[in-house]
Amino acid sequence: MKFSYFPGCTLKNKAKDLDFYARRSAELLGAELEEIENWQCCGGVFTTSRDEVATKLSSVRALKDTQAKGQALVSVCSACHNVIKQTNHAMQTDKAFADKVNRYMAEESDYNGETEVLHYLEMLRDKVGFDTLKEKVVNPLKGKKIGAYYGCLLLRPNTVMGMDDPENPTIMEDLIKALGATPVVYANRNECCGGYIAVESPELAKKRSNAVVENAKAQGAEMIITACPLCKYNLIKNGADIPVVYFTELLAEALGIKEDANE
Amino acid sequence: MNKKNLREEIILRSGVNPKKCMKCGKCSATCPAYDEMEYHPHQFVNMVDTGDIEPLLNSDSLYKCLTCFACVDRCPRGVEPAKLVEAVRLSVIRKQGENHLTANDIPALLDDETPQQLLVSAFRKYTK
Amino acid sequence: MQRIGVFVCWCGSNIAGTVDVKAVAEALKAEPGVVYSTDYQYMCSQAGQNLIIDAVKEHNLTGLVICSCSPRMHEATFRKTAAAAGLNPYMVEIANIREQCSWVHKEMPVGTEKAIILGKAAVAKVNLNTPLTPGESPVTKRALVIGGGIAGIQTALDIADAGFPVDIVETKPTIGGKMAQLDKTFPTLDCAACILTPKMVDVAQHEKIRIFSYSEVTDVKGFVGNFDVTIKKKARFVDETKCTGCGDCVDKCPMKKNPNEFNMGMDNRSAIYIPFAQAVPKVATIDAGACTMLKKGKCGLCSKVCGAGAIDYTQKDEFIEEKYGAIVVATGFNPISMDKFDEYAYNQSKDVITSLEFERLTNAAGPTQGKLLRPSDGKHPHKIVFVQCVGSRCAACAEKGKEYCSKICCMYTAKHAMLTRDKYPDTEVYVFYIDVRTPGKNFDEFYRRAVEEYGVNYIKGMVGKIVPEGDVLKVQASDLISNKQLHIDADLVVLAAAIEPDKSARPLATMLTASMDTNDFFTEAHPKLRPVESPTAGVFLSGACQGPKDIPETVSQAGAAASKVIGLLCKDKLTGNPCIASANEMMCNGCSSCERVCPYGAITYSDKEFRMPDRTTQIRRVASVNPAVCQGCGACTVACPSGAMDLRGFANNQIMAEVDAICK
Repeated sequence: MKFSYFPGCTLKNKAKDLDFYARRSAELLGAELEEIENWQCCGGVFTTSRDEVATKLSSVRALKDTQAKGQALVSVCSACHNVIKQTNHAMQTDKAFADKVNRYMAEESDYNGETEVLHYLEMLRDKVGFDTLKEKVVNPLKGKKIGAYYGCLLLRPNTVMGMDDPENPTIMEDLIKALGATPVVYANRNECCGGYIAVESPELAKKRSNAVVENAKAQGAEMIITACPLCKYNLIKNGADIPVVYFTELLAEALGIKEDANE
Repeated sequence: MNKKNLREEIILRSGVNPKKCMKCGKCSATCPAYDEMEYHPHQFVNMVDTGDIEPLLNSDSLYKCLTCFACVDRCPRGVEPAKLVEAVRLSVIRKQGENHLTANDIPALLDDETPQQLLVSAFRKYTK
Repeated sequence: MQRIGVFVCWCGSNIAGTVDVKAVAEALKAEPGVVYSTDYQYMCSQAGQNLIIDAVKEHNLTGLVICSCSPRMHEATFRKTAAAAGLNPYMVEIANIREQCSWVHKEMPVGTEKAIILGKAAVAKVNLNTPLTPGESPVTKRALVIGGGIAGIQTALDIADAGFPVDIVETKPTIGGKMAQLDKTFPTLDCAACILTPKMVDVAQHEKIRIFSYSEVTDVKGFVGNFDVTIKKKARFVDETKCTGCGDCVDKCPMKKNPNEFNMGMDNRSAIYIPFAQAVPKVATIDAGACTMLKKGKCGLCSKVCGAGAIDYTQKDEFIEEKYGAIVVATGFNPISMDKFDEYAYNQSKDVITSLEFERLTNAAGPTQGKLLRPSDGKHPHKIVFVQCVGSRCAACAEKGKEYCSKICCMYTAKHAMLTRDKYPDTEVYVFYIDVRTPGKNFDEFYRRAVEEYGVNYIKGMVGKIVPEGDVLKVQASDLISNKQLHIDADLVVLAAAIEPDKSARPLATMLTASMDTNDFFTEAHPKLRPVESPTAGVFLSGACQGPKDIPETVSQAGAAASKVIGLLCKDKLTGNPCIASANEMMCNGCSSCERVCPYGAITYSDKEFRMPDRTTQIRRVASVNPAVCQGCGACTVACPSGAMDLRGFANNQIMAEVDAICK
């Protein structure tokens, strides 16, 4: 199994753990992640307006590059995945927009959203399989009560992302179970941490982040896992008093390959 | 730009049809940034629909939306209010000198853990 | 050659105001076959009809063209006139020069020209008309009612009271339906059981009614007056004729941990069970999936304690075939699943319940003996939030909700809120609504009483998110009038789930060739004027299978359906519509195209022997039309590639003659 891999800017800097454990685990699970050459930042957040072209070009380039290799495009950062998937959807469904983009790019062939876009979690569930994963677990995380934090980017808009039921998702809970731990379901797991509002209104980010952590704790979570560097940042910065870690870190731990990413 | 043209421009850019709104208020019920907003999601829809857009252009509410898409996914009529907020915001920040965030603002916002993603996203939302 | 009379009606000034009627009568005189042409002020009046009858006699007319209003209006009138004059009624053609002419044109010359053209077309057709005689078929004087809720019960009682035998087929072990699960009924607050159970007993005791409970319709053949129906009686492993309903088996059964459907899964029942105390028939049923005797051959306790010897572990499904003259569909509704609305945390908290679950929680025969207690911890809730329109009026996604208004929720929510405040005045009650819809006798007064006398807090706005945290439900909602976002810590949340047709309706509609709308509600023959008849002859609609309905409406419709059935069963023979399809067997190539498009199942194929010109015989597969089932829609004539199908009264050559006359 070979996939094109789009790491994203944060995974090369502040979120090296997310990237490192993702690659190591994939390798062990027989999924080869080929980093796209010369990828550019996805922009962090999708611009919904239909007349925004330039902000979506980096995603289209990554998608087109992947198409040329005949692979699916995998990313692990929630934001990158969201932006790329929404851009791909716009290229599929909004003809006028796709036309503008294709003229701008002036490549030999047009791109119309042909590439399959997967989040790393979907790769685990649909390509590797949670059952296969379970067999490879050497260090089951028994007794750990873990709250999966989806945030908004992984699930919404559901008509485009389509990863899971947007109001009652199970993909991360199923992962937690496969790793031998106990998932804790809490309602705020698909609510926003505040995201980029940390710049504009730190109080709002604090309020949102606290609502997530408090709800997870009240329902019995002893740890929160996430796929998003900004979620992790907001939750920790605003005083989370239980560990908030990347899901890939937990994955690597259960697979028995956890090392210090910064070594 | 006159009132009518601005309304049409925003509708075209966002792809949103505000006429689909049945005024149930679920968008404002689910909005996590509600208390920070002067104009709430359901008001955005109504004000764009009636062409009363001037107050929105001048309101800080444009910068409070988290683009979390809760209103988009939960709206029973598929109205997608978040896309309207974004389209109105672009009408402002696309103008020369109207950027809501500038490079000079950055150093004050940084700490050791600030992920690149935060700054990139904020720039994309607040700056043109 | 026909001798045709043309009669041009003025319809007062309705036609004559825009059409020169005299010019029309004059122009049509010249058409082939026309021997007489005249005009008159009101052709449909008695004087006008007499004028026609006299003209027929005087001029030996063989066909009539009436230039008047739409045939929908007066075709039947003029056919009767023709019959009175001794003509075959199908020798009459109407040229619609009112709706299609005078009412849509303003200029006299334009209107007159078009009227002449339409008249010419009608004349051309009458030249090819042949006398038609409707066929007859007998009527089986027995009705089938599918569904044993209040709709089916009322329909069955009304038909049976008129003296016709009725069978009720109900999939559950007892009749009673949703109404049996309700506590009180709006707007008068009578107890549902008190008014329903006597009717259930009436059904059980009625000599003309048979109940097939725990049964399903598996096949329907035939046509109006002559349906052949197969009914599957599912094995209940209890002999209905022996069981006395004493309940000893239920008490002794060791398998007690099965979700109790009647109480919406909020408590448990044993593997052998009687759904509720007033069940009809009051007979036990074994849940084969839960019984260890049936699964593993171990136990047999119920058989040991049964004094009547009614338990029969070897019972098999039984198939019964019966003939009916009429079928009434009364399959009812269910609340939709709340799985796709988990922003309201229905799957995350036991204290988020649906309105039907709330009914059981407040019902004396329910899991809490009528005490309003939270399902999670059995504590009395002090703050209750009701959310209206959950999944109703939801057009965003077809998989999620329903685009229509479920109609009954506003009233039952007002009822729940009012009763809660009445019984537990220390409870705060909030109702979030988009609109309060209360059209109905004493309905709005009822809702206002909830607000004004019982202090229910009605808030215009929606709930956006419910977060269970510890033992509270954090409700986040909008208050559109105050322009605020509200945060309420509730103890119990009640969701007014949209209602949808029962899942059995779709396969049943296929069996009956009865049409449905996109929401799987049965379609009526006419939304205003024939609301209880399906477009398929002999199939009638009762209750929520046709659209969301409350109890008063359901009972009215059930009675209306019964009266239609009685009207049908009273007849000894049915007169058909002679304008039906027929196949020219010599031209039929056996392709089955007509059979596939026929919406009524009127076409069948069979192998037939044909004498060939060389005196050999050949067996060919050819179509034939059942004249009692065919409704004359003409779909087959269009689908037939070889032109073998034709519609009597609207034959291809007649239609072409009309077109030629118009285009000349």
